Amino acid sequence: MFEILQYKFIQRAILASIFGGASCGIVGVWVIMLRIPFVGVAMSHAAFAGAIFGLLLHINPLMMAILFCLSSALVIGPMADKADFDPNVSIGIVFSMVLGIAFLGMGLIKGPKTEALKFIWGNILTISGKDVILLIIMAFLILLVSIFLFKEIQAVLFNREIASSVGIPQKLIFYFLLFICGLTVTLNLNTIGGLLIFSLIINPPSAAYQLTYNLKVIFGLSAIFGISSCLLGLFFSYIFNVPSGAVIIITSSLIFGLCLIFSPKRKVKKYEST
Amino acid sequence: MKQFIEIANVTVSYRENIALKNISLNMEEGDFISVIGPNGAGKTTLLTVINGLGKILSGSVKVFGTSLITSNINKIRTKIGYVSQHLNIDPRFPISVREVVKIGRFGKIGLFNHISHKDEEIVDSAMELVGISKLAQRPIGHLSAGEQQKVEIARALAQQPEIMLLDEPTSNLDPKSQTDLIKLIDRIYKEKKLTTVFVTHILSHIPTSCNKVVLMKRGKIIWFGGIKTALNEELLSDLYDCPIEITNKRGRILAQPKWW
Ligand SMILES: Nc1ncnc2c1ncn2[C@@H]1O[C@H](COP(=O)(O)OP(=O)(O)OP(=O)(O)O)[C@@H](O)[C@H]1O
Ligand SMILES: [Mg+2]
Repeated sequence: MFEILQYKFIQRAILASIFGGASCGIVGVWVIMLRIPFVGVAMSHAAFAGAIFGLLLHINPLMMAILFCLSSALVIGPMADKADFDPNVSIGIVFSMVLGIAFLGMGLIKGPKTEALKFIWGNILTISGKDVILLIIMAFLILLVSIFLFKEIQAVLFNREIASSVGIPQKLIFYFLLFICGLTVTLNLNTIGGLLIFSLIINPPSAAYQLTYNLKVIFGLSAIFGISSCLLGLFFSYIFNVPSGAVIIITSSLIFGLCLIFSPKRKVKKYEST
Repeated sequence: MKQFIEIANVTVSYRENIALKNISLNMEEGDFISVIGPNGAGKTTLLTVINGLGKILSGSVKVFGTSLITSNINKIRTKIGYVSQHLNIDPRFPISVREVVKIGRFGKIGLFNHISHKDEEIVDSAMELVGISKLAQRPIGHLSAGEQQKVEIARALAQQPEIMLLDEPTSNLDPKSQTDLIKLIDRIYKEKKLTTVFVTHILSHIPTSCNKVVLMKRGKIIWFGGIKTALNEELLSDLYDCPIEITNKRGRILAQPKWW
């Protein structure tokens, strides 16, 4: 059993699980608490559209994916504030636009499109050492941000108007969180893929939320759930010989299900009249 | 006396709605101003102009002698406590009452810095003052609307502001809590000479400390002056476009439409 650990690609997959899972878990808490669950889908499709145009124009697809993803991250926040509507609406607008661009690109590409579809599916078992290093850097960046800006993040997630009125640079923080979110999605495209990353952003924080009212604990638990989803998923995919991304997602859903069932939040105090 | 707030020829419009029409108003340090007027008169908008949350179309606003510009707005806001009329608190957000009150300190503490022991004490005494110490560990979403309003007031007090903007802070409170809160606002004003702008619909809620009154109607200030002269039947009848009757019950002013 343990001899598989000596394979380089397994070692890389484990590192990617730990650092990618933790990043998604923490970023996921922001996303859930900002009530913008679909931001991950919009950003990953922006990356997909970017990759397609990279292939079309013979520019490095990953570079283009990152470029598209980060630009959409930078557009979503200011667009919502400018147009004065819910960020979810501007996410919807960006999503439909990048989808349009992606389809346009697909129509223009001749021959097989597997190179582009890689960004939608991803594969944790084939990632490179460079990818792993990027994931580790990203995880540490997110950790630093979470520690040093915790109070600002907490205030902005809680209520943007109140955050503004006490003198916190609320917009800057909000856009910055979206930007980091875009970065996380892009860097995880290779591991579990753009389509599946959605659940890795949503499930761990939702599971953590079932267990406590303490935001700090939620951050910690969500990171742990993200890591365990990836590691367990990797393990199951190895022993059952099935696609890793899919199993990672199913594992994260199962963790959520368990937390939902055993949530202490649903206990109610009985009234005893005497 | 120092000029704390100088509003000169300010116009605010929300697309098709002009909410403030060329308004000018000065407030000195230590003023307690009550703002009165019918729904939609522009009272809330006036408050948001003072802390820079509202965007002005023309005119100028100076607070503590400096103009509100992007580079200093956050610094000025740390000195202005603002309790909004609409709390819009997400009941599901995982945060305790004490943590919400703590947010009041965050602007002052500044980016990257951690909350100190002294900040914690300020938070505790703000909660003590408003009488919500018992609720400290409860999640904010588990509180009633009135309790949430008190938390917001404690949060604003935790800022140790130099100006307090209160937008109908008694609207969700029960009669006892209303009187308690008004007494509290009165007491805080007297202790700290905290410059206050207080919006209300209920004239009997105007605390005794109040020295000036702004009457607003359809985006304009129709009257500004001392409280004694403001509360007369003619002015108020004009303000609300209906005959108002003023009765005086042991020093408390009650103003009601005549056909009541
Ligand atoms: N977000 C907004 N978009 C468009 N119009 C607005 C908006 N907010 C306020 N208004 C308009 O601006 C005017 C002033 O509104 P404001 O909220 O300042 O009134 P108010 O005096 O506080 O009223 P109330 O007593 O009901 O709280 C109203 O005519 C209102 O219709
Ligand atoms: Mg109002």
